[in-house]
Amino acid sequence: MWGGSKLSSSGSRFLGALRSGFQSTQVDSSRLTTSAVYPKNQLSWILQIKPWVFNENRIMWFKSYSITFACLNWMKSYRLPWTRPYSTSRTTVDKNEMKTFLALAHRWWDEQGVYAPLHSMNDLRVPFIRDNLLRTVATHQPGKPLSGMKILDVGCGGGLLTEPLGRLGASVIGIDPVDENIKTAQHHKSFDPVLDKRIEYRTCSLEEIVKDTVETFDAVVASEVVEHVIDLETFIQCCFQVLKPDGSLFITTINKTQLSYALGIVFSEQIAGIVPKGTHTWEKFVSPEKLESILESNGLSVQTVVGMLYNPFSGYWHWSENTSLNYAAHALKSSLQEQPAPAEFALKGEAEELQAEASTNSGVQEDLKK
Amino acid sequence: MAAQLARVRWGTVFAAAQKGPRVSCRRWAGASADNVYDVVVSGGGLVGAAMACALGHDIHFCDKKILLLEAGPKKVLEKLPETYSNRVSSISPGSATLLSSFGAWDHICNMRCRAFRRMQVWDACSEALIMFDKDNLDDMGYIVENDVIMHALTKQLEAVSDQVTVLYKSKAVSYTWPYPFSMADSSPWVHITLGDGRTLQTKLLIGADGHNSGVRQAAGIRNVSWNYDQSAVVATLHLSEATENNVAWQRFLPSGPIALLPLSDTLSSLVWSTSHEHAAELVSMEEEEFVDAINSAFWSDVNHTDFIDSAGSMLQSAVAFLKPTRVSARQLPPSVARVDAKSRVLFPLGLGHAAEYVRPRLALIGDAAHRVHPLAGQGVNMGFGDISSLLHHLSTAAFNGKDLGSMSHLTSYETDRQRHNTALLAATDLLKRLYSTRATLVVLLRTWGLQATNAVSPLKEQIMAFASK
Repeated sequence: MWGGSKLSSSGSRFLGALRSGFQSTQVDSSRLTTSAVYPKNQLSWILQIKPWVFNENRIMWFKSYSITFACLNWMKSYRLPWTRPYSTSRTTVDKNEMKTFLALAHRWWDEQGVYAPLHSMNDLRVPFIRDNLLRTVATHQPGKPLSGMKILDVGCGGGLLTEPLGRLGASVIGIDPVDENIKTAQHHKSFDPVLDKRIEYRTCSLEEIVKDTVETFDAVVASEVVEHVIDLETFIQCCFQVLKPDGSLFITTINKTQLSYALGIVFSEQIAGIVPKGTHTWEKFVSPEKLESILESNGLSVQTVVGMLYNPFSGYWHWSENTSLNYAAHALKSSLQEQPAPAEFALKGEAEELQAEASTNSGVQEDLKK
Repeated sequence: MAAQLARVRWGTVFAAAQKGPRVSCRRWAGASADNVYDVVVSGGGLVGAAMACALGHDIHFCDKKILLLEAGPKKVLEKLPETYSNRVSSISPGSATLLSSFGAWDHICNMRCRAFRRMQVWDACSEALIMFDKDNLDDMGYIVENDVIMHALTKQLEAVSDQVTVLYKSKAVSYTWPYPFSMADSSPWVHITLGDGRTLQTKLLIGADGHNSGVRQAAGIRNVSWNYDQSAVVATLHLSEATENNVAWQRFLPSGPIALLPLSDTLSSLVWSTSHEHAAELVSMEEEEFVDAINSAFWSDVNHTDFIDSAGSMLQSAVAFLKPTRVSARQLPPSVARVDAKSRVLFPLGLGHAAEYVRPRLALIGDAAHRVHPLAGQGVNMGFGDISSLLHHLSTAAFNGKDLGSMSHLTSYETDRQRHNTALLAATDLLKRLYSTRATLVVLLRTWGLQATNAVSPLKEQIMAFASK
C-alpha cells in the first residue's frame, strides 16, 4: 500500500529516512526486525521489514508488506484531562472547540445565518454522496433512492446534512459530541414524522459507538469534521471499523495551504464574518495528500478527490479542479478479494491487526511477527 | 443582496405571523403523520390542479404527500357535451408539452381541441397587419375548452391518488406562518385551518387561488394591480360557411381588441375586450344585432383615415422594394352567421402582479402571482409556465433531499418566472395602451412599427418563440 501511486510526501520522506538508516547498519541476516522511532511526528512506528534483495551497491529493496501504525502511545500522552462517565480511553474530540460550537448550537437552522455556507454546501455534498452511493447499487426506489442504506453522519451538528440524507430514504445515525447540537437536531427533526423515524441522533464521539456498530454502515459521512479532529489516524481507523465491506467513506474538509489560511481563517472569520470566529484552527487542516495517505494506509481506497469553491457573494458552492481550499473525498473500504495477489497478505494482516486492536482496545500495538 | 432580501422577507413573515391569530404551537408539537403534508396546493383551478398533477407524476415525488384544496365540487364530464363551452383557453406548445408530460394532453386530444397554425393581428385604424405563421407547419397553439382541460387533469389526479389527495368543497380559512428559525417549540411548517375546523400542516404551500388570492393576502405580499377600463365579452359563434378554420384572428379596435379563435370547422370562440358600457350592451342586445356588431368590428374601415392609409402604403411599398419576396399576405376573417344561445358572458379585466412570488414555505403560481389582459392569450400559459419552472426546481430539490420549503430554490423559481412574466405583462399592457387611441401620431407610429415587425422575420420568430413558451 505504501508503494502505491498515492504515496504521500511525508510517507516518502519517512521511507527515505529509514533507508539511509539501514544503509549505515551492518546487516547480515536475511530477515530483520526492527523498530524505528520518528520523533518529528511523535509517532512510534513499529515495523517489520524484510530485506528482499541486496545488490552490490548496497541498495536495499523493501517489501513493506506489514508496515503498521501504532499511534496509541502518543494518544495516551495526549489524552484529554476531560472525562465523562462513559468516556473511553481515547478520543478525537477537541474540548476547546466544543465550547465554540456550544455557543452556536441554536443557530444551526437559520439558512441565512452563520451556517449559511453549510446549508448551501448541501447542493454539492448531498448529490456527491447520493450519486456515489447509487453507483454501488443496481436499482433504487424512485422518490427515496437511498432507502435500505445505513449511514453514519459523524459530527452531524444540527443535522444539516443528516436530514437531507434521511429524506432520500436512508436510515441515518447522526452523532455529535456537543449535547446542544444533538438537542437542536433532535428538536428539528421531531416535526417531520418521516424523518423522525429514519434518523437517530446520539450525543457521543465516534470512538464511543465503534464497539456496538462494527461493520454496520453502508456509508460514513464526515463532512467538515476532520479539520476539528485531534487524531485523524484513529478517526479514520474508527470509520473503517464501522463500515461494511465495500462501504463508502465521504469526507469534506479544508486543505492546509497558505490560501486556506488567508481565505479560510483571515478572510472568512476575521474580515467577512462568513464563518464564526474560532471555528477553525489552521494547524488542524488536512491536505488531500495527507488524507489520502492516511486513508490508503488504513484500508480505504480513495476513489475521488475533488475541489469545492465557495463564492461568498452568491452564497453558492461550485465543484472545481482546484483542491487548494475546500475539497471532498470519497473512499471505499477495500474488499479483500478484489485486491491484487501481492498486496493481499499485507492488507489482510493490516485489517486483522486493526480489528484486533478494536476488539481488545489495547493501548499499544505490539510487533507483528508472524 | 439576496441574503438581505431574504431577511427582509423573514421579517415580514414574522410580522404577519404576529398579526395573525396567535395559536399555541405546542398544540401541534406532537405532529401526527396524517396531517403533515409535503406540499399543499391551495386552489384547484386549471393551474392549481395541473400543479398537483405535475408533482404527483414527478419521479422524485413518489414518496411525498401532496394535497390539493378545492373550494368547488369535483367536476367530471360524464359525456362530452355537444355544445361547446364559452370558456376556452389558448394553449401554447410549451403548455401542451407540460400537460403531456403527465399524460393530460392525451385526454384532451381524445376529447376536443383545435390547433391553429397562423395568427393574424391587424389594426382597425390602418392597413397595418402582422401575420405569425410557422413554415414547418407546426401548430402555433391550441384552443381548448377549460372544462376539457379540467376533466383531463381530474382524470390524471385520480391516477396518482396514492401521492395526491384532493379535498373538494374545502376551503382554507386561515394560514399560520412559521417563525423565522427554529425557535423553541414552534413548528416549522405552515398551518392551514379549513372551513370545517380541521388543521393541516405543510412544508410548502403553493397558492394557486386566482387573482384575489387568499394565500397572497394572508402572507401579506404586496400586489401591484389596476383594473382596465374594459370588460371582455365571450361567446361561441357559428361561421357562415365551413372553412379550414386554423387561424386565430385579432383586430385592435380603438375600444379594445376583438379576437376570433377556432373551435371547429364551423365554430369559433369570441373574446371581445371593450368598454364596460359597450360590453354590457353587447351582452344584452338581440342575437342578430350582436352578430352584425361582430362582423362590422372585423370588416369595417370606419376608423381609417386617408393620411394614415397613404403613409402605411408608402412604407409597404418601400418594404416590397427592399424585400421583393412577398411577406405573408392579408387574409380575410370568416364572417359570423349566428351566436350560440346563452353563450354570451362578460367579465371585467385587470392587471396584477405580486411583488414577490415566494416566501419561506410559500410559492404563488398562476393568477395569484400575475393577472394579464387576454389580448395575447397568455393568461393560463403563464400559469403553466410557472408550473414547469416550479416543478423543475422542486424536483431537483427533492432529489437532493432538500427541505421543499427552503428559500434557496424558491428564489430561483421566482427569478426565473418574474423575468418572463414581467416582460409579458409589460408588453401586453403596452399593446393595450398603444391600440386604445386614435391619435394620428400614435396610429402612424404603431402602423409603421407593426409593418416593420411583420417584414423582419427574425424579430417575428423571437416574438413567437417567447409567446409559445
